[in-house]
Amino acid sequence: MAQAHTPKFKNPVVNWIDSRLPIFTMLDHEYNQYPMPRNVNYLWAFGAIAMVMLIVMILTGLFLAMQYAANTQVAFESVERIMRDVNYGWLLRYVHANGASMFFIAVYIHMFRGLYYGSYKAPREILWILGVIILLVMMATGFMGYVLPWGQMSFWGATVITNLFSAFPIIGDPIVTWLWGGFSVDNPTLNRFFALHFLLPFVLFALVILHTAALHVSGSNNPLGIDPKGPQDTVPFNPYVTIKDGFAVVVFFIFFAAFVFFAPNYLGHPDNYIPANPLVTPAHIVPEWYFLPFYAILRAIPDKLGGVLAMFGAIAVLAVLPWLDTSKVRSTKFRPIYRIFFWLLALDALLLGYAGAMPAEGLWLWLARLGTAYYFFHFLILLPVLGKLERPLPLPASISEAVLKPKEKA
Amino acid sequence: MRALKSAILSAAFALGLAGAAQAAEGVHIPSQDWSHDGVFGTIDKPSAQRGFQVYKEVCAACHSMHLVPIRTLAGIGFTEDELKALAAGYEVQAGPNDEGEMFMRPGIPADRFPSPFPNDNAARASNGGALPPDLSLMAKARVGGENYIYAFLTGFEDPPEGVNLMPGMNYNKYFPGHQVGMPNVLVPDGVTYSDGTAATVEQQAHDVSVFLTFAAEPHLDARKQMGVKVILFLIVLAGLMYAVKRRLWSTIH
Amino acid sequence: MADTTHPPGTGAHGAHGGDGTNRRDFLYLVTAGAGVVGLGSVAWPFIDSMNPAADTLALASIDVDLAPVEVGQAITVTWRGKPVFIRHRTEKEIQEAQSVNLGDLPDPAPDSERVVKPEWLVMIGICTHLGCVPLGQKPADPKGDFDGWFCPCHGSHYDSAGRIRKGPAPANLVIPQYAFTGDTAIRLG
Repeated sequence: MAQAHTPKFKNPVVNWIDSRLPIFTMLDHEYNQYPMPRNVNYLWAFGAIAMVMLIVMILTGLFLAMQYAANTQVAFESVERIMRDVNYGWLLRYVHANGASMFFIAVYIHMFRGLYYGSYKAPREILWILGVIILLVMMATGFMGYVLPWGQMSFWGATVITNLFSAFPIIGDPIVTWLWGGFSVDNPTLNRFFALHFLLPFVLFALVILHTAALHVSGSNNPLGIDPKGPQDTVPFNPYVTIKDGFAVVVFFIFFAAFVFFAPNYLGHPDNYIPANPLVTPAHIVPEWYFLPFYAILRAIPDKLGGVLAMFGAIAVLAVLPWLDTSKVRSTKFRPIYRIFFWLLALDALLLGYAGAMPAEGLWLWLARLGTAYYFFHFLILLPVLGKLERPLPLPASISEAVLKPKEKA
Repeated sequence: MRALKSAILSAAFALGLAGAAQAAEGVHIPSQDWSHDGVFGTIDKPSAQRGFQVYKEVCAACHSMHLVPIRTLAGIGFTEDELKALAAGYEVQAGPNDEGEMFMRPGIPADRFPSPFPNDNAARASNGGALPPDLSLMAKARVGGENYIYAFLTGFEDPPEGVNLMPGMNYNKYFPGHQVGMPNVLVPDGVTYSDGTAATVEQQAHDVSVFLTFAAEPHLDARKQMGVKVILFLIVLAGLMYAVKRRLWSTIH
Repeated sequence: MADTTHPPGTGAHGAHGGDGTNRRDFLYLVTAGAGVVGLGSVAWPFIDSMNPAADTLALASIDVDLAPVEVGQAITVTWRGKPVFIRHRTEKEIQEAQSVNLGDLPDPAPDSERVVKPEWLVMIGICTHLGCVPLGQKPADPKGDFDGWFCPCHGSHYDSAGRIRKGPAPANLVIPQYAFTGDTAIRLG
């Protein structure tokens, strides 16, 4: 990476280190000079916001882990001790619990931005697939974290989700027993979930570094979806994008703080303040909101194995998205027909999420089925076909041309 | 604008879903006015103290509150001496002593409130098979929170016609399923408030709801006060950063 | 957080210096200052969460009833996770403790400085050498050469006022902060 032999940095110590281990050259290259398309909008800040949320989660999680005890006898009480007795323990826990939701909000917006502007298309396929893997690891981490307080929802959520694996023929039951380390969700399960919940965020961090490395090969996409043609189309990352992202992070923190300080339990479930009881199942088992669309897909299929496959398939289909979308044009801005279907997909995700929160019966069950059908239709049929049929609007010649022209309605 | 639209949509998504999750729970719980509502709300300490009296004289006969240390009450205005006197009024199991026996000693403020029954089975046996739930987190462990506690305590009535009450059960219009093992325990002047407040059923229910809100969330006041400061700071910082951003970007457009 | 909320104080100048620098400098400075204050205040709750929690502090002082301890007997109570030796000293032990020539002591201290009431000796029972718990509390324990305590780890001898007399320990057994709350009741801490 570092070929320059002339001193680059004013500080001799920095230079000395850099000529032996070029981390400063790398940082300078990736976070200072990195050319960013000048027309990116605030949706591009959600990558940085998600990164900041990951750091917030790791930090609060580390300090909570110093107080938490992963044992079914004391887990619930140790969390209450954090809430009542540990200095600022309530703050750390509420930031961590709501931070999980904020992390998912940021990542979901980040994903929909990628969908809208075609950021998954060549040459960014691996970048996108890494993102899907990050989402999967996040889901596993979030799920296991929700088990740790050992409340009713923790216990029954763990029971229901681990039972998903029992849907597989023959190997299903041994897998579930292996996951549990016993014949039900119990102390061994809690203990291993804690160990994994502690480990996975660091795996996430490594994946994020790969995600960023892949991004910096192809460069960032932009609302027009066309490649920058030269320096006139870009700005250096620092200071222009650092300050823009920084501003977005602070605004996001206002939203975050509103939950932490004024509605800390709004995104949670009251049943999780009741200690786990293996003999009594709560009336409605509902996963955390960020799983609801997938939960709706699970319940929409009347067959156990089919439901599980559909749910995992809903995420797997995202991984092959770069090859399902046949359109040569990236940005939905220039695809008037697809734009309608994009918003349909967004509505579909909302519908599935809402249906996932309702009891799986009557109208809601049918709406969930409709939503599931559209979800797979969208990715598996609509995207490949529409890409061939649709005639996109003419693309501008370059970013700078589009930016400098008097703005017309897109 | 698209950017804004989808950001708002996503936020609405999150909020709507949580709302949906809670709407699915059934009986409508009427909301009461609480001094701890809102951004600047704080726990009404005199009310919480009266509520503690109701807890101590009425609820504690059957319900434990075993996650709450007695010293917590300093947060609603009990002085150190009052806490010591209060704690000494409880017998706490300690031991084993040199002979290997468990023994009872007077409580100290660091002790948690002793439970009325030695274990859940004993509690069931004394209450017709029903387990009186622990009250430490009651205000956070039910949909509706303190509004539910108030509604429940004032919701006992004669069963409507056609409802077949199971033996030993009581009718409560806010309890899920309406049939509950717990009888109506609040009666007018069932407690005598030392500050002269008239102990109506509504007053007692209100006071004990305030107390249980505090017991479930002893840092509620500190949390809201910190929240106001944090959000004000973030708004100022956001304003400054926006100004810097505008200034920087103005050189390239 | 650090790399995204840090406003670009100097970076901006290096690359794009220019007009109106004074007002711009001031704005950057204020923003950077606010960012630093914000990050600094975020650090405190994390650091403070590792300090003793309220339940630990609530047990930082305990009351001990001395009435059942007969003359010549000793009890050990746990206070802040450490053993505290309380001995009801005999006349003989008090005499011995008071009559020692201070010049002979490795860590000179008169007996009167080590007790509140001469018949009650209250000390933290941790050897000042390397942290073992000395013997001498139970009637059958070795009490060392000076009618006090003997540390089995490295052979330190303490006298009947808990002062080091022989062996590798550098200092006398530590006296905790305590006060009499009655004739035969003390509060530690």
